[in-house]
Amino acid sequence: MLGYYATIAAASFRRNKAFAALMVLVIGLGIGASMTMITVFHVMSGDPLPGRSSRLFVPVIDPRPLDRGHVANAPSSDGSFTWPDAMNLLHAARADRQAAMAGGAVPVRPMQGGALPFYETGRYATADFFAMFGTPFLSGGGWTAEDDEQRARVVVLGHALSRKLFGDASAVGRTVRFKDADFRVIGVLDDWQPQPLFYAPMDSRAYGRSDQFFLPLQTALDLKLDFVGRLSCWGDTGDGRTSDQCSWLQFWVQLDSAAKMDAYREFITGYWREQQLHGRLPRPVDARLYGLMAWLTHQHAVPDDLRLQLSLSVGFLLVCMLNVMALLLATFLRRSGEISVRRALGARRRDIFLQLGVESSVIGFAGGLLGVLVALFGLWSVRQRPGGYAQLAHMDTRMLLATFALALIAGALAGLLPAWRACRIAPALQLKTQ
Amino acid sequence: MPHSPLLASLGRHKLTVLLMVMQVALTCAIVCNVAAILGHRVTQLGLPSGVVEDELVMLESISVDANTDPLMRHDADLAALRQLPGVRSVAAVDALPFNGNNWSNGITLVPKGDVRLAATAFNGTPGELATLGLHLVAGRDFLPSEYLPMGTATDWDGINKVPATIVTRALTQQLFPGQDPLGKVIYPGDGPVRIVGVVDHLLRPTLDESAGNEYATVLPMLPDGGSITYVMRTAPQDREHVLQAAMARLAQLDGNRVLRRPQTFAQLREDYFRRDRTMISLLLAAAFGLLLVTAAGIAGLASFWVQQRRRSIGIRRAVGATRHDILRYVQAENFMIVSGGIALGVVLAYALNVLLMQHYALQRLPVFYVPLGAIALWLLGQLAVLGPARRAARVPPVVATRSG
Repeated sequence: MLGYYATIAAASFRRNKAFAALMVLVIGLGIGASMTMITVFHVMSGDPLPGRSSRLFVPVIDPRPLDRGHVANAPSSDGSFTWPDAMNLLHAARADRQAAMAGGAVPVRPMQGGALPFYETGRYATADFFAMFGTPFLSGGGWTAEDDEQRARVVVLGHALSRKLFGDASAVGRTVRFKDADFRVIGVLDDWQPQPLFYAPMDSRAYGRSDQFFLPLQTALDLKLDFVGRLSCWGDTGDGRTSDQCSWLQFWVQLDSAAKMDAYREFITGYWREQQLHGRLPRPVDARLYGLMAWLTHQHAVPDDLRLQLSLSVGFLLVCMLNVMALLLATFLRRSGEISVRRALGARRRDIFLQLGVESSVIGFAGGLLGVLVALFGLWSVRQRPGGYAQLAHMDTRMLLATFALALIAGALAGLLPAWRACRIAPALQLKTQ
Repeated sequence: MPHSPLLASLGRHKLTVLLMVMQVALTCAIVCNVAAILGHRVTQLGLPSGVVEDELVMLESISVDANTDPLMRHDADLAALRQLPGVRSVAAVDALPFNGNNWSNGITLVPKGDVRLAATAFNGTPGELATLGLHLVAGRDFLPSEYLPMGTATDWDGINKVPATIVTRALTQQLFPGQDPLGKVIYPGDGPVRIVGVVDHLLRPTLDESAGNEYATVLPMLPDGGSITYVMRTAPQDREHVLQAAMARLAQLDGNRVLRRPQTFAQLREDYFRRDRTMISLLLAAAFGLLLVTAAGIAGLASFWVQQRRRSIGIRRAVGATRHDILRYVQAENFMIVSGGIALGVVLAYALNVLLMQHYALQRLPVFYVPLGAIALWLLGQLAVLGPARRAARVPPVVATRSG
C-alpha cells in the first residue's frame, strides 16, 4: 500500500511541479542552514581531552577584595590564581596531580646562521602538567618537581617548533636559546592540539592555536620571561607577579574519584577560611570545583556569536517548516474532491492520513537530500574563513545521519497538521458541492 | 471595495491563513531583531578611532637583549626611522585603538576614593599626538619636561608620578559634565594628574558593548618595556614602501630583536573587525533568506489560490467586476494576511528581544526597527502577490461558462 501511496504522491507532484520544487527548496534551505550551524556547534563543544576530562578539575578561589562602591574595572572572577595561593595549593599536593600554569611568549634565537629571532608562544607550567593532561611525547619526557624548585633551564618543545629549529633530527639533548637564556631540550611532544586550548584562559583565540614550548614556571619568573594573558591587580602593594593582590595563574587538579573530589572541595574551603584568619581572601567563602566540560561551559568557550547564529538558524528552519506546512495544506485541501471520493468508497481516515503522510515524507526526504548538499556547502564556506575554529568544521557520519533524521522529522512534522486537517474532510458533503 | 466576501473567503481557509500569519509573524520578529543587531554591529564598525587611519603604519619590536637600556634603544630606533624618506613623524607607543594592548586604570577624583570609571592609559614618546593625528579641541600638547619613564621594571610606578594627561571628550563628559575640564585633577594611580588637553576622539584598544569605548587618557610616559610599537605617519600611497624600509632599517640597526606585525592601520582595523564582518554577512544572509522564503510562500499560496478560484473569478468578471477589481481583491487579501502577521510579529519581536537580552549581551530593541520591519514585510507581501494578482486579473469572464 505504501508503494501505491508513493506513486500517487509522485503523480500529485508531477501535476504541480513548481509547487513541489518550491517546498523541497524551502525545506532544503532550512535544513541546510540549521545543520551547518549545528555541526559547527557540535565540533566546537566537543571534549578536548576524551578519556581524561572527567578527572580534571579547576578549583576556584576568589581572591578579590570586597566591592567598594562602583568599581567599574573590578577584575571578574575568571578562576585566575595569585602566585601565593597557587604555590600554597601546589605544595599542599592534596590532589592526585596538580599544576599551575600561565601563558608565555619568548623570542627564539635560531642557533644556526644569521636568521632573525622569531616570536613563539607557549606555556610556563609546573611538573605535573604532562602527566596530568596525558600529553603524548614523541621523544624524551617532562621535568620533575625538583627541576621546578631548582629553576632548571629545561624545555619541552612542540612538534612544529622542534621541526622548525632542528629539522627531522632529534631535538632531545640539544640547546635552544630563548631571549638570552639557554635551555636544554628534554622532550618533544607529538602533535598535541586539544581544541579548544582548555587549560588557557578562554578568549577569542581559544580555538585553532597550540603551545609550542613548555618550561618550568619558576624558571620563567626568575628569568623575567614575558607572560601573556590577563593580569588583574587590585590594592596598592604594587603590580608584581608574586604579589598576593594580582591574579594571573591557571591551576588544574586531577582527582580520580568522587570521594577525592569532595575531599578536595573541603580542602580548598578550609584553605580559604584559614587565609581569612590571616586577613586575606575577604570575600565570603565559596570555594568551587569545576569539571573540565563544566568549566568550558562556565567560561563560554563557545563564543556568544556562534550561539546566536545557531538560534537564528533554528528560527529560520521553523519559518521554513511553517511555510511548507501552509503550502502542503493548500495542496491537500485542493484535492478535497479526490479525498472525499476515496472516503466515500470506504477509505478510513487513517488511510487518508497515511497517504498524505507519505506525500509529505517524500517532500521531507527530497528536502533532506538538498539540505545535506546545502550543509556541505555551508561548512565548506565556513572552512574558507581564516583562523579560529573554521578548520574544525567538518561533517562526520553521525552529523550526516542526524541531518537526514532532522529532514525526515521536519518533513513529517510539517505534513502532520495538513494531513490531519485533510483526513477530516467529510465524504458526502464534498461530492455534493462539486 | 466591500470586504465581507474577502473575509468570508479567508474564513474558508482558516488553518492555511493561520499558518501564513504565523510565518509572517515569526519572520517579522526575527528580521526586526536581526536588523537591530546588524545596526549595532555596523555602528561599531564605523566608530571613528580618532587617529589619521590612512596615514599610519606600525611595527612591533621585541628586544632579545636585556642588557641595554630600553629608552636609549627606542631613541636610537626613532632617530633612524625619522630619517627614512616618506616618514613625516614617528613615535614609540604601547597602545593603539584596536591593537588589544589595554592597560586600564580605575580613575578616582580624590586619593583612594571611589573608582568612577576605568580608562585606558595610552603612553608614548613626544610627538605621539602629532603622529597619530589626534585632534585637540582644548588645551595643549605635553611639555618636554612632563615626560617620565613608565617604570615597567618597577611595577609601572610611573603612573603614580606622572603630572599631566590629555583625555577624551567622552571621559570629561562623564567625569565633569558641564564643567571646564582643563586644570581638573584625576587619580589614575596614587598621585594627582592634571588634565592639560582634550581630544575629540580616541578609541580604546579593545571595544566592548558598554558606553565607555572612548574612556582614554594619554599620558606623557615613555614606554620602557622589552616590547614596543613604532608608529609612523606617512602619505597614504607611501605606506607599503615606508613599512618595508622601516623593517630593513631596524633589522640592520640591531639584529638582536624580533620584528613582527608590520602593518598599516587599515589592516589593524580590518583584522580587529573580521569576526564582526563575518557575523554581519551571516545576519544579512539570514534576513534575506527569511524574507525570500516568506515571499516565496506568499507568492506560491496566492498563485495556488488563483488557480483554484479561476471559476469564481470568471463569474465575478462576468457579473461586472473589472480587472482592476480582481487585482485589488487579491492584493487586499494579501494585505489582510500580512497585517495579521505583523500585528502578532510586533509582540513576538519584543518577546524575542527580551529572550535574547537574557542570553546574550544585546541591547533593547530600538523602537524604529519595528515599523521598519513592518513596512518591509508589507511591501514584500505586495510585491510577492503582484504576479499571481495580475494572472487573476487576466482570467476571462468566459471561464464562468465552463464547468469547473
